[in-house]
Amino acid sequence: MPKRTDIKKILIIGSGPIVISQACEFDYSGTQACKALREEGYKVILVNSNPATIMTDPEMADVTYIEPITPEAIAKIIEKERPDALLPTLGGQTGLNTAIKVADMGILEKYSVKMIGADYQAIKKAEDREYFKKSMLKIGLDLPKSALAYNIEQARQALKTVGLPVIIRPSFTLGGTGGGIAFSEEEFEKIALLGLRNSMNSEILIEESVLGWKEYELEVMRDLKDNVVIICSIENFDAMGIHTGDSITVAPAQTLTDQEYQKMRDAAIAIIREIGVETGGSNIQFAVNPKTGRMVVIEMNPRVSRSSALASKATGFPIAKIAAKLAVGLSLDEIRNDITKETPASFEPTIDYCVVKIPRFTFEKFPEAEDILGISMKSVGETMAIGRTFKEALQKGLRGLEISHFGLDNKLDFNKIPDAKIRLRLAKPNASRIFYIKYALQKGYSVERICKLTHIDPWFIRNIKDIVQLEGKIKQEYKKQGSLSKAGLKKAKEYGFSDKQIAGLIGSNELSVRRLRKKKKIEPTFRLVDTCAAEFEAYTPYYYSTYETEDETRKSKRKKIMILGGGPNRIGQGIEFDYCCCHASFALKELGFETIMVNSNPETVSTDYDTSDKLYFESLTFEDVMNIIDKEKPNGVIVQFGGQTPLNLAERLEKAGAPIIGTSVKSIDMAEDREKFSKLVNKLKINQPANGSATSKQEAKRIAKKIGYPILVRPSYVLGGRAMRLVYDEENLLEFIQEAQEVSSEHPILIDKFLEDAVEVDVDAVSDGKLVVIGGIMEHIESAGIHSGDSACVLPPHTLSDEIIANIRKYTFDLAKALKVKGLINIQFAVKNDIVFVLEVNPRASRTVPFVSKATGVPLAKIAAKVMVGKKLSELGFTKERQPAHIAVKESVLPFSRFSGVDIILGPEMKSTGEVMGIDSSFGRAFYKSQEAAGSALPKTGTVFISVKNGDKRNIIFIAKKLLDMGFKIAATKGTAKVLYSNNIDVQEVGKIGEGSDEILELLRKGEISLIINTPSGSRGQFDMKPIRSSAVLHGISCITTIQGAQAAVNGIESILKGKLSVKSIQEYHAKNRGT
Amino acid sequence: MRAILALEDGAIFEGVCFGASGERCGEVVFNTSMTGYQEILTDPSYKGQIVTMTYPLIGNYGVNLDDIESCKPFVEGFVVKECSSLASNWRSKETLEKYLKKNKVIGIEGVDTRTLTRHIRLAGAMKGCISTQDLNKHSLVKKAKNSPGLLGIDLVKEVTCDKPYLWQKSRSSQLDEKFKVVVLDCGVKFNILRNLERLGCRVSVMPASTRPEQILEEKPDGLVLSNGPGDPAAVTYVVETTKKLLGKLPIFGICLGHQMLGQALGAKTYKLKFGHHGANHPVKEIRTGSIAITAQNHGFCVDPEELKKCGAEITHINLYDGTCEGMAHKELKAFSVQYHPEAGPGPHDANYLFKEFINLLTVNSKL
Ligand SMILES: Nc1ncnc2c1ncn2[C@@H]1O[C@H](COP(=O)(O)OP(=O)(O)O)[C@@H](O)[C@H]1O
Ligand SMILES: Nc1ncnc2c1ncn2[C@@H]1O[C@H](COP(=O)(O)OP(=O)(O)O)[C@@H](O)[C@H]1O
Ligand SMILES: [Mg+2]
Ligand SMILES: [Mg+2]
Repeated sequence: MPKRTDIKKILIIGSGPIVISQACEFDYSGTQACKALREEGYKVILVNSNPATIMTDPEMADVTYIEPITPEAIAKIIEKERPDALLPTLGGQTGLNTAIKVADMGILEKYSVKMIGADYQAIKKAEDREYFKKSMLKIGLDLPKSALAYNIEQARQALKTVGLPVIIRPSFTLGGTGGGIAFSEEEFEKIALLGLRNSMNSEILIEESVLGWKEYELEVMRDLKDNVVIICSIENFDAMGIHTGDSITVAPAQTLTDQEYQKMRDAAIAIIREIGVETGGSNIQFAVNPKTGRMVVIEMNPRVSRSSALASKATGFPIAKIAAKLAVGLSLDEIRNDITKETPASFEPTIDYCVVKIPRFTFEKFPEAEDILGISMKSVGETMAIGRTFKEALQKGLRGLEISHFGLDNKLDFNKIPDAKIRLRLAKPNASRIFYIKYALQKGYSVERICKLTHIDPWFIRNIKDIVQLEGKIKQEYKKQGSLSKAGLKKAKEYGFSDKQIAGLIGSNELSVRRLRKKKKIEPTFRLVDTCAAEFEAYTPYYYSTYETEDETRKSKRKKIMILGGGPNRIGQGIEFDYCCCHASFALKELGFETIMVNSNPETVSTDYDTSDKLYFESLTFEDVMNIIDKEKPNGVIVQFGGQTPLNLAERLEKAGAPIIGTSVKSIDMAEDREKFSKLVNKLKINQPANGSATSKQEAKRIAKKIGYPILVRPSYVLGGRAMRLVYDEENLLEFIQEAQEVSSEHPILIDKFLEDAVEVDVDAVSDGKLVVIGGIMEHIESAGIHSGDSACVLPPHTLSDEIIANIRKYTFDLAKALKVKGLINIQFAVKNDIVFVLEVNPRASRTVPFVSKATGVPLAKIAAKVMVGKKLSELGFTKERQPAHIAVKESVLPFSRFSGVDIILGPEMKSTGEVMGIDSSFGRAFYKSQEAAGSALPKTGTVFISVKNGDKRNIIFIAKKLLDMGFKIAATKGTAKVLYSNNIDVQEVGKIGEGSDEILELLRKGEISLIINTPSGSRGQFDMKPIRSSAVLHGISCITTIQGAQAAVNGIESILKGKLSVKSIQEYHAKNRGT
Repeated sequence: MRAILALEDGAIFEGVCFGASGERCGEVVFNTSMTGYQEILTDPSYKGQIVTMTYPLIGNYGVNLDDIESCKPFVEGFVVKECSSLASNWRSKETLEKYLKKNKVIGIEGVDTRTLTRHIRLAGAMKGCISTQDLNKHSLVKKAKNSPGLLGIDLVKEVTCDKPYLWQKSRSSQLDEKFKVVVLDCGVKFNILRNLERLGCRVSVMPASTRPEQILEEKPDGLVLSNGPGDPAAVTYVVETTKKLLGKLPIFGICLGHQMLGQALGAKTYKLKFGHHGANHPVKEIRTGSIAITAQNHGFCVDPEELKKCGAEITHINLYDGTCEGMAHKELKAFSVQYHPEAGPGPHDANYLFKEFINLLTVNSKL
């Protein structure tokens, strides 16, 4: 079927900020779709509020809107752009939900926009649990027993028919937000209420529990001619009850016979037809009873998903790209398989390796939250590994997680773990269960016993046992012979053991094992991911390493640059760095280099096979990277763009002979080593907050006294704001030291004077070694003390004086020059009493690079990459900081709703998962948009509840007055109310929770509060506001926790009351920029 | 125990024996199905062949009583990357290793099967010798070279049934049998019989050498030419039988049966470089344009140009390489496909062909 000619312009909705359950995978799919559709000659209009995405690069779509993904904004865009079609299936759940709402508003009909891919009916049928159930029963498929409820009464009724334990699942939410498993009636009440609140249409499903069954996923594609193919099957290592996003998963399915697999395949095909997803990909989940084989359908996602990104990377079949082409009417057989070139896309990939995906958690960021896993997703990223066996892939994956495990290693001594703890860690699914399985095996637990405790299939446990047994053999062999035989070492490598892990077993070190291995000629072989198990010649150079007999890499004579990616997403290192890596690749391709990407994150654009000339899907460890360097012998290796991960490898790679390009390793060290850095800063006569490092408790006390409280303390051995704490007095300090467990000369603690009420400023600049040009200066909204990754910021700065900005520029130039930066540099400053302090320098790409690029229209990362290979800024035409004629606000998005019990207070430790950008002509409007895009829209009317700490009481008066003027009502706690009252502000006083009143909670529950302003006081003694903040999260009410945030909010509300929001594409913004 | 697979061109693949020990020669082919090793092992079409699985992890779900395509394994040898020591599946009765031992099939694991597959893809399917006894590479290569191979060899006679029998396996309550069908057993897969039975056929299975008159004596409504091993050109007697029955009975050919039918119509067959063995080949039905993902297992093919000359219509083509996958001869009421609509293992997309056969029988019975 030829492609459709009745449509010319297509609107694509992106998925917005990175949140748990909706991450880079939608940048990957959206980017593929944009490329694919434009390749076919369509005009693409794109909406996404996330500036850190490749898809929002001005070159990706014809018209790009970085605007909030709300039905209203989409409606405006439709009105302005008049697209012929809307493709809603590439922007995750956000894309689907928004499309449905836009359709419900009648906008699509009004402007005759067709929904392509999945239409309104299909989305409804798949997403509405009741409708879905009916459809499944109609085609004779089995589901868990269930009943719907729209209020708590109905829910209780439903419980009676289904019976405990039950799964409670809200309709139309992502990653199971608000869902849960209830084992008791109390739990049931709690989860049901939460679910009702979270569901877009206040609908929850009460469902029979099939905990412990085997969980499977199929990725299905269909074209307009009704051809259906399965791209990939995925088996979850963790049984039903753990969200697939939080499960270790394996492709292809391992323990299904062909009969069972075909039954599942038939069901999947019947489902996609019945639901009526006309074209594109869908993800269908099944559960299988391990004792009887009964198969039930769990859910269908009528769109591309996290799993389809995984499936694409696992098989080499580009699901999103093909989905986009199918959406415009092409059929599968009309599309070529890029990898084999000769064969069409109408086939089912077959693979000859095993793929393991392992989720990455960040529970350490939320110490109050238990690291227990359930049906609501909690992981923030994932890593994927490819091996010839499950054992190899599993171990490769574990070292790719970057949680300082180098495989299934022995971080804990199993002898020292009590039995009770092992049993608990096995029975209650948690983030480190995989290691406890190993400890249990070491302790002699049988495979059956572990299966009983974990419900994990014995096949997996048996494989882990093989690893444990080999480990024992290696140890023994070494003990007996004092060396390792070639066969033994080879076997270990085949089982995925890392050099470091082997070193651990024989009491050696990584480098020695590496040498030994090389001496014995045990080197990895790189093999192709080719969609067809070698049945056809494959042309795309997409490789993984394994220890086999044949290497399939193809060498070229071109100059090569290798780019090291960032590995799995985590809080603090996410899509922004992938964005930078992709740009490096694009830029260097432009200059004619062969680019080689190394990364292990399946969600990303960087691991798309056509982003770089070559792709190595490998973990970013010294060993894995060096193996590729040995093979490819690149002319340059870039460590600046993948975040802290590759940067941390720089020194060792260089020592091993890798040609690191850009800022030198020495300079990197100078910026990262606190002592060296202090010296440098002194030499440059730049202010730094007073600081010191303490090697004992006494010394810590002394330094603290000298510097003066409040202080910021952190253990020296963790990087990146981790475990950083704001300390107000000696008591606090001692507490911290106690928790840090160790303060010694080996593990000193670092102490900084905390600059209170200082304005934080972020600067991104690029330098070619001679010239330094600033990309952007960003003024943070929240004051210093709130991690730069968590605070909102505005570009250009809106309150700083010219003099201060001049100082900031000068310091930036001085630091970049002193560090001989070649490439990007990011500096954080704090401005207090008109003095500029430098907080930290990152000689690498930063989180804000994409934001700056989108705000100013300057592709900073590309420019930096070109500089790194020797181009001058003058050659590149970037010699002057560009001043935008508009205002861009970055706001961060926080995952608190995922971690019940965690207080939402921000601090020096980063907690956000993603960001959005609001862009407009004034600060107020841009800020308003940023809030809306972040999902915490500012109210236009209603009651604002205010409770602020003493230090903020003076500042709140003005804010309250403004709110009152704008027609808001104000409620406040006693202290705040008193201050407002005495300033003639009409205020309703509510009782304090600490004094036994739950008046405010009641108001929140009833939905009578539309905004909360609560600045928590640092010292204790004040009554606890935590329940209020938790309740705000639960009820989805915006809660502002800083006075600066409150000011900005008032500003935003004011501007929106003055004039309606409008939309404008970034191409328009940038054009205007260039004009000035 | 060590085991070696030697190819006639001198390539050597070493591994560890996991099934029976011994020595066997055969044509080495690869199969790209990720599931279904039990069906593959028991598929009589693999007689004379050493099968290597491209999927590296085999044996995961063990072996059960149901998923068999004949009463025993026929492969000459079985080559995998890793055989699972544990069988995990509620229907599993034993591990693959035990099963192979019991059935005297040599299995070899630890082989770099991707390299082997690439080798075959580039050099073509070739003869090989697998051994746990003779670990001398030269001698094994020689044995491989000297082995008979497939060309010109009639393997059908080794796998066909001794005497006719009535297929009645799965059903306890007999559906009314609408049609009588004779299946000429060239190495038939049970799933063909199961499918016919499911659609209401009384299925008589007859030896490949059955004479046409004997078949007609049964007064069947239709004839199925089954799949089977080896070179179609060597099975002249089935071709002769088919020729005599053409036009007298509706005929449905599957795989080798398709090749027999082709030859009976007057077309030639030829050998593919490394054959089609897997469960993911897209086949397009020319009439509707719709695509089925099919199970395939054949090393030979019918020449489509010749078929056309014989008055047959090409109904299906392989989208991978454009080879002929199906044909029909309207007047003679015969049609056939090169792939496996019965799956076992593989997708069920082409299952509709059995219904088409039944339709053909229905129409024919009304004449
Ligand atoms: N009936 C059930 N019994 C036990 N676990 C379930 C049940 N339904 C779902 N789950 C678990 O919850 C997870 C999330 O459910 P799912 O329907 O896939 O929602 P989501 O939209 O969040 O992906 C699944 O991956 C599965 O592990
Ligand atoms: N001396 C200080 N005074 C006030 N706030 C500070 C100070 N040092 C750091 N911070 C705050 O802590 C945050 C994290 O510290 P930083 O050194 O930048 O660590 P990271 O490596 O995580 O970026 C900063 O963004 C800033 O808000
Ligand atoms: Mg799900
Ligand atoms: Mg910082």
